[in-house]
Amino acid sequence: MATVTFDGATRIYPGTERPAVDHLDLHIEDGEFLVLVGPSGCGKSTSLRMLAGLEEVNDGRILIGEKDVTDVQPKDRDIAMVFQNYALYPHMTVADNMGFALKIAGMPKDEIRKRVDEAARILDLGDYLARKPKALSGGQRQRVAMGRAIVRNPKVFLMDEPLSNLDAKLRVSTRTQIASLQRNLGVTTVYVTHDQTEALTMGDRIAVLKDGLLQQVGSPLVLYDKPANAFVATFIGSPAMNIGTFPVRDGSVLIGDAVVRLSEAVLAAITPEDDAKLTVGFRPENLEPAAAGTPGAIPVEILIVEELGSDAYAYGTLKATDPATAGLQGESVIARVNPREIPRKGDVVYLSIRPNEQHNFSAATGERLPD
Amino acid sequence: MPQALTISAVRPDPALFDLPWSLPLEQWPEDVILALPRGISRHVVRFVKLSNRVLAIKEIAAYPAAREYNLLKELAGLDAPSVAPVAVVSGRTGADDEPLDAALLTEHLQFSLPYRALFSYRLRPDMATRLLDALALLIVRLHLIGFYWGDVSLSNTLFRRDAKEFSAYLVDAETGALHDALTDGQRAYDLDLARTNVIGELMDLEAGSMLEDELDPIAVGDFLVDRYDQLWRALTEEETISSDARWRLQDRINRLNDLGFDVAEMSMSTSPDGTVLHIRPQVVDAGHHSRRLFRLTGLDVQENQARRLLNDLDTYRIHSGQQDVEEDFVAHDWLMHVFEPAVRAVPRALRGKLELPQIYHEILEHRWFMSQRESRFVPLEEAVASYIDNVLSHRRDESELILADTLQLPAADDVPMG
Repeated sequence: MATVTFDGATRIYPGTERPAVDHLDLHIEDGEFLVLVGPSGCGKSTSLRMLAGLEEVNDGRILIGEKDVTDVQPKDRDIAMVFQNYALYPHMTVADNMGFALKIAGMPKDEIRKRVDEAARILDLGDYLARKPKALSGGQRQRVAMGRAIVRNPKVFLMDEPLSNLDAKLRVSTRTQIASLQRNLGVTTVYVTHDQTEALTMGDRIAVLKDGLLQQVGSPLVLYDKPANAFVATFIGSPAMNIGTFPVRDGSVLIGDAVVRLSEAVLAAITPEDDAKLTVGFRPENLEPAAAGTPGAIPVEILIVEELGSDAYAYGTLKATDPATAGLQGESVIARVNPREIPRKGDVVYLSIRPNEQHNFSAATGERLPD
Repeated sequence: MPQALTISAVRPDPALFDLPWSLPLEQWPEDVILALPRGISRHVVRFVKLSNRVLAIKEIAAYPAAREYNLLKELAGLDAPSVAPVAVVSGRTGADDEPLDAALLTEHLQFSLPYRALFSYRLRPDMATRLLDALALLIVRLHLIGFYWGDVSLSNTLFRRDAKEFSAYLVDAETGALHDALTDGQRAYDLDLARTNVIGELMDLEAGSMLEDELDPIAVGDFLVDRYDQLWRALTEEETISSDARWRLQDRINRLNDLGFDVAEMSMSTSPDGTVLHIRPQVVDAGHHSRRLFRLTGLDVQENQARRLLNDLDTYRIHSGQQDVEEDFVAHDWLMHVFEPAVRAVPRALRGKLELPQIYHEILEHRWFMSQRESRFVPLEEAVASYIDNVLSHRRDESELILADTLQLPAADDVPMG
């Protein structure tokens, strides 16, 4: 087991100017489950492939434990790519399916047996070792495939969108399985996904990338509660955070027809480059109904309500008499509402942002401002 | 809300809509399905006959289906030895409005043989060597165009007879990606996966008592790596020659041609004092012989078949005393008076047994054996007749190798894995 360190690691593809991964500094603790997440083209897979040795490192270093592996061949890095291939061999027993790679590596039979038994115990496959894959359920077959990676006792597991080829149902169950397995094994794991829900539910920490640059790294809660910039704010969370850039006047920000007071700290952090504007974000679950005329309450005309049983989400348009105050990104304000008291289409409701749940970002740079 | 069924196809064929898309592939009725043998797959894969084409259908989630479809289209555009994509079908719903996985359709490669079918012949060690040679060449060709396979295996490859050798084709690109060029790390890892998978597949055949005893799976896997390395070096290595031995430049090109590659670009630099020349092929392109034969005769055949046919053409040129005649005239002559009469003599009913160029190759082999045995020159017509009676009529049909013919195969494991 080992830590993983990206030390200014950079990848520039030949013929391109902008690095695919730009001076990535990231330290992953021993036994940690780190998720690399971001939209397509953000550099997450490239970063993983650099760690695997499948991508050249043009600048900086990569370390596994204390060892600089920047120029080490993939197969000598003591890593295991999981789910590259999980087709099982029909004539071989479950034990042989799990252990054949060790046999190729010339490992003594006793040692193979020991490792396969241990992996089978963790995977709850102990009773099936002598059987053929045909006799197993779909989920058990998948665990056999995981067993193949486990028996190699790698220092690091690498997973590149391992669930993308599965159907929706199997994806959710496998997600849980991988997360709990990783915790049982305690092997450092780097996991790539474009799906923020997957990232939030699986990772100890999440690293968000965009355009080859690390935006923020932190626990799911930190990313959710204190996004470092407007990009992370909109990328993490579902439904997405409401966000927009609005004019600042007399110590308040004008969100549609609402006048929302700003703290001294926020006002002090606004610079001339921001051009008297502020980017404000608020999550759908952090809005609460208020009476008309409540200071700072945002008027929204309801378009549609999505009822999910335990929850309901209202989608509506921001009421803005002055078009300069209508700067919402996206078409509608989304608010979680009480499923027992849902507003009707056409209603105008007033929504207050809960105290301390308003996210303020520089209009010029998108960086988070002090609360 | 049920989605609409969407079919994206390379060449739209209305008959695609007639397939029972609202059923999971596993439940498709037997009258639609063709029982062709297949490799080990984690997905359900089945074959259908549609508008006189045989299609392979793989059930897989919508995103990877679309991705693989586009990748196969790109590979086809690069003339890579891979199966041709036909369509992606998405938005499928079952009887109870349950969404079904998407389907990726590819063209079944006519006269192709999955490795399990080849092994049912009781694979001789030299045949294993040839299969692995073909696979090594396939990996090299894909790596040269910047394709990282990510899951090289015998199951993901189809083989076609190619004169005495085999040609290999990629049939599964699910884990692949096209890059501008591959790094050494990518190539090494791809090859390491190939070695592990091939050994695993052979160990599986061993466990099923389908492998010749003298074949050692690990040795076979190591052989694949060796052949790949040799070939890669021959194609890409920088060579230093003294500037008074420039003939060695032509020598290098000839060696590459012998391996079946054309050199489209060669980089050369001289040392500062001008005594040494560094040469390195920049762009090499497989199919040297098959392109040459195509240019001369219009016959579109595989590389080793082309080699064989070109040899026959050369022999004909000498025997007919046409050494001084332009090559393309001789080629036309050979096509009219030698090749076509021979293959036309094969009764139509027997033509599905093997590809015509392969039949011609076997006729030449057969004539050689007859001549050896009878110590006389056997005319082609006589060889053709004897080949049809004694060899071809006893062969099984390989245009679409139906599983019924290969029921002795314990490899009829139709269970999707994973």
